[in-house]
Amino acid sequence: MADLWMQIHAYFSQNTTEYLAYLWQHVSISLLSLAVSCLIGIPLGYLCTRNRLLNRCITGIFQVLRIIPSLAILILLIPVMGTGVAPSITALVLLSVPPILMNTTVGFAGVPAFMNETACALGMTESQQFWRVQVPLALPKILTGMKIAMVEIIASATLAAKIGAGGLGSLILTGIGLFRTDLLLIGGVSVSLLAILSGLMFQLLSRWLFPYQPAKNK
Amino acid sequence: MAQAAITFEHVSKQFNQCGYAAVDDVSFTVEQGEFVTILGSSGCGKTTLLKMVNRLYQPDAGKILLFGKDVAKTDAVQLRRSIGYVIQQIGLFPHMTIEENIATVPQLLHWEKATISKRVTELLDLVGLPAQEFRNRYPAQLSGGQQQRVGLARALAAQPKIMLMDEPFGAIDAITRMGLQDELLALQKELNKTILFVTHDINEAFRLGNRVMIMNQGRICQFDTQKNILENPADAFTKALIDSAKAQQRFWEDFT
Repeated sequence: MADLWMQIHAYFSQNTTEYLAYLWQHVSISLLSLAVSCLIGIPLGYLCTRNRLLNRCITGIFQVLRIIPSLAILILLIPVMGTGVAPSITALVLLSVPPILMNTTVGFAGVPAFMNETACALGMTESQQFWRVQVPLALPKILTGMKIAMVEIIASATLAAKIGAGGLGSLILTGIGLFRTDLLLIGGVSVSLLAILSGLMFQLLSRWLFPYQPAKNK
Repeated sequence: MAQAAITFEHVSKQFNQCGYAAVDDVSFTVEQGEFVTILGSSGCGKTTLLKMVNRLYQPDAGKILLFGKDVAKTDAVQLRRSIGYVIQQIGLFPHMTIEENIATVPQLLHWEKATISKRVTELLDLVGLPAQEFRNRYPAQLSGGQQQRVGLARALAAQPKIMLMDEPFGAIDAITRMGLQDELLALQKELNKTILFVTHDINEAFRLGNRVMIMNQGRICQFDTQKNILENPADAFTKALIDSAKAQQRFWEDFT
């Protein structure tokens, strides 16, 4: 046990730059994936509330995609996109669009009809109704979707190392290859902490953004 | 005497999914400064009638004039900004403070910031909520009665000549409702708006209105002063309505 601590200590003192590089790769891949997911998921989720047929198709597609394990998606993408960062991000996006999309749909659908009617009756134009009432009321749910997506992305990005995207997963893979418990621990704990931290940050963000919300709706 | 504020000329409205007309060939005139209550059971078309005034619904036939101008020919958005609107669900925006809620229409009309702020203070005083204490709160922090006061203040914000009220006190407990009714009457004395007030409560209708419009199945049964309605009910429905109110009265008397 003491040995293990020594090893971990040694790793950090000798490989600080390597560790930070992995950490940065992991964070940047995750953030990039989240950004792309939002760009896809939020508009699509909104469209789903406007069109029932579209809603059924899109929800169906992403439900099926969700059943496929993330590792399988990663491997399946190799013949199509090769290895590296691009297929990893593609896989992570495929995984994280559903929670964002569904929460966006729920958020917009949850705006009561009388609220839209009031906005209209007060003399808001369509776009004012959208930006001043519908979006702010849907936002807490959208943020919940982003939080779920972020945690999923950070966890799954570990697997992306398998197809050469780097990140903290590389440490774990090396650890497995060399039977180095210290590397396994460093990689695993770092990923866990990162996931917990990001969840916490979204929690704080929503508390700061939506001070009017009773705590139960978080 | 006064100019006609609201005129309906043979207005009808039918919704696609149902076979009968929600509002069926309705004509009437409301003078400026009148407080008209519209009384009827649910589904009689009273809310539909109200929502055609600010063009939330378009009539299928007929004409609606506000101060002589055909609403169908005015810009719907501008029209709505010039009409106060209060509903049973209140509809305060939960993500905005009380001040922002009340400022909604003045902001849409691009009033000066200082003018808006002054107006909000004035309105909160008017509806009996101390501005200092309430302007920065959120709707969720207010009771139902307080929220509806804010709803009223928001509707009054840009000094509309016409107020549309759709069962505004319907979801509020009896004691608070009485208080709000008193205040609305006092406000009306001071502000002299033209008010259409929809309710299914006969006591509320007879208490608040200068005139009462009784509706049944999309038609106006009678539109007259309380006294005339009581003395000469126009049809069986009106008579039944009055009898039911009197029966209720007796029910209370039996206890004492």
